[in-house]
Amino acid sequence: MREVVVLSGKGGTGKTSIVGAFAALAQHKILADCDVDAADLHLILRPELKEKHEFWSGQTAFIDRGVCTECGLCRDVCRFQAIDNWIVDPVSCEGCGFCYHVCPVQAITMQENLAGHWFLSETRYGPLVHARLDIAQENSGKLVAMVRKQARKVAESEEASYIISDGPPGIGCPVISSLSGTDLALLVTEPSLSGIHDLERILDVCQHFGITTMVCINKYDINEDNTRRIERYCLTQGVEVAARIPFDNVITEAMVHGVPVVDYTDNGVTHELERLWKLVETRLNRKSK
Amino acid sequence: MIISVASGKGGTGKTLVATNLALSLNDVSKVQLLDCDVEEPNAHIFIEPVITRRETVSIPVPVVDEDKCTYCGLCAEICAYNAITVIKEHVLVFHELCHGCGACSYLCPERAISEQKKEIGVVESGQLGEMSFVHGKLNVGQAMAVPVIKKVKEKIEPDAIAIIDVSPGTSCPVIESIKDSDFCILVTEPTPFGLNDLVLAVETTRKLNVPCGVVINRVGIGDGRVKAYCQENNIKVLLEIPLDTTIARLYSEGLPLVTYMSSWREEFVGLYRLIQERLHEGSRSTKR
Repeated sequence: MREVVVLSGKGGTGKTSIVGAFAALAQHKILADCDVDAADLHLILRPELKEKHEFWSGQTAFIDRGVCTECGLCRDVCRFQAIDNWIVDPVSCEGCGFCYHVCPVQAITMQENLAGHWFLSETRYGPLVHARLDIAQENSGKLVAMVRKQARKVAESEEASYIISDGPPGIGCPVISSLSGTDLALLVTEPSLSGIHDLERILDVCQHFGITTMVCINKYDINEDNTRRIERYCLTQGVEVAARIPFDNVITEAMVHGVPVVDYTDNGVTHELERLWKLVETRLNRKSK
Repeated sequence: MIISVASGKGGTGKTLVATNLALSLNDVSKVQLLDCDVEEPNAHIFIEPVITRRETVSIPVPVVDEDKCTYCGLCAEICAYNAITVIKEHVLVFHELCHGCGACSYLCPERAISEQKKEIGVVESGQLGEMSFVHGKLNVGQAMAVPVIKKVKEKIEPDAIAIIDVSPGTSCPVIESIKDSDFCILVTEPTPFGLNDLVLAVETTRKLNVPCGVVINRVGIGDGRVKAYCQENNIKVLLEIPLDTTIARLYSEGLPLVTYMSSWREEFVGLYRLIQERLHEGSRSTKR
């Protein structure tokens, strides 16, 4: 079983539309949405919920005002400025428990956080594991790890060939969690200076963790000079540019209709996506030999 | 006044709005632009500031003096992040898991744990003419963006209109960037993804008790559900930016809209005036 994660650094370059297309094109696969704070893949795959599980992670300090002597030690030791007026701000609290350990009168308890939920769903293209981190919660990296773990479990029991993951934007905690140990990262970029800047950073991260990468340039015809710049950059980095997808409103139209673009129409965009999936599949299988 | 520019969904035009708003207000007022998208900062591409100051951001991580250590295991027991493990007569510290809370060094009965700084990013500040500019950059391979964001926000000048460019999403980096703002502009696009993530972003601002308004970018694609949602939920649409090849072209070249299509300057000043009105109304209604 091989795993590909679709990442981009910059948001809004088309990760989810591409994963939606792969969902329709690939055989024997499990889908995973690793963007746990703004998940969108379900809007294209329209899953039917099968299982909903609570995700408990991290702790928050709570001060019992009846016991508290207002000595101020907790406030002094807290490095996250989470304690003010003997009340813990749950948004600032990182759950380290320093205050709990030092309180001389044991007025502080640490309470478990219900940080979100993860779901197992069925779609017309196969099983989907996805999640929702509650707003203002930490530990998005841990929830991503949970999504991937569950996706692997389902893939093993169904003897699936591939796990296709939709990754989060950025380069921080959830991104690192979504790419560690994966077989291939497909980096989606667009030919804008912001897109190029962010591609360079996400590629650095992938190289830092020793992950094999391929690049897909979306909306390549918006600025063909920049597209050539990306291609030259990828050449110097030894990274394959696997596809150039033209700008086309059909991608948004398909999204409005809640279907993968390859099931919505048959044109240049869909042909390029079909070619891209074939290439990704070839690379995934080559690596396993 | 602090105005943050956020979105939920990535790539909707936060940086477009933040940079053009800052440039437009620069003639009217003292402006500071802070890029808190420290994972993928892009505002500098459009602003091209002269960077005059560069400071590294570090977090304190534990160093164990094994001459003093008795391998009692207390540090490993109390660490909420499993960043320390004691195996027989060895102490292993996993710096990438450490949040730098300092509990282990404080509580170690042998005083065997000291702290050393681990660099996780940089904060750079500078100027573009009268406008001051600050951005943070998380080092590649580092997971924790929040300490870098905090450092950027320490630079907020209270007498300026501080405009904060926020990263996408709704989790800790976004919360850290938006909190303490007077107003939050939510940038979205009129698509199902844009709407889904706008709803989450609105919930985020409500949780933080920050008033918000919406800018719809690329009007002309998608459908009418974003506008309907704003209307139903009494959220003001502050500005609409059409899907336009010239705007897209300028953006792709890293060029500010207001410099090349100067009529947009008034639109962005108008956006600021609308925010002022909303805040004024808000303060009047709380006084009643």
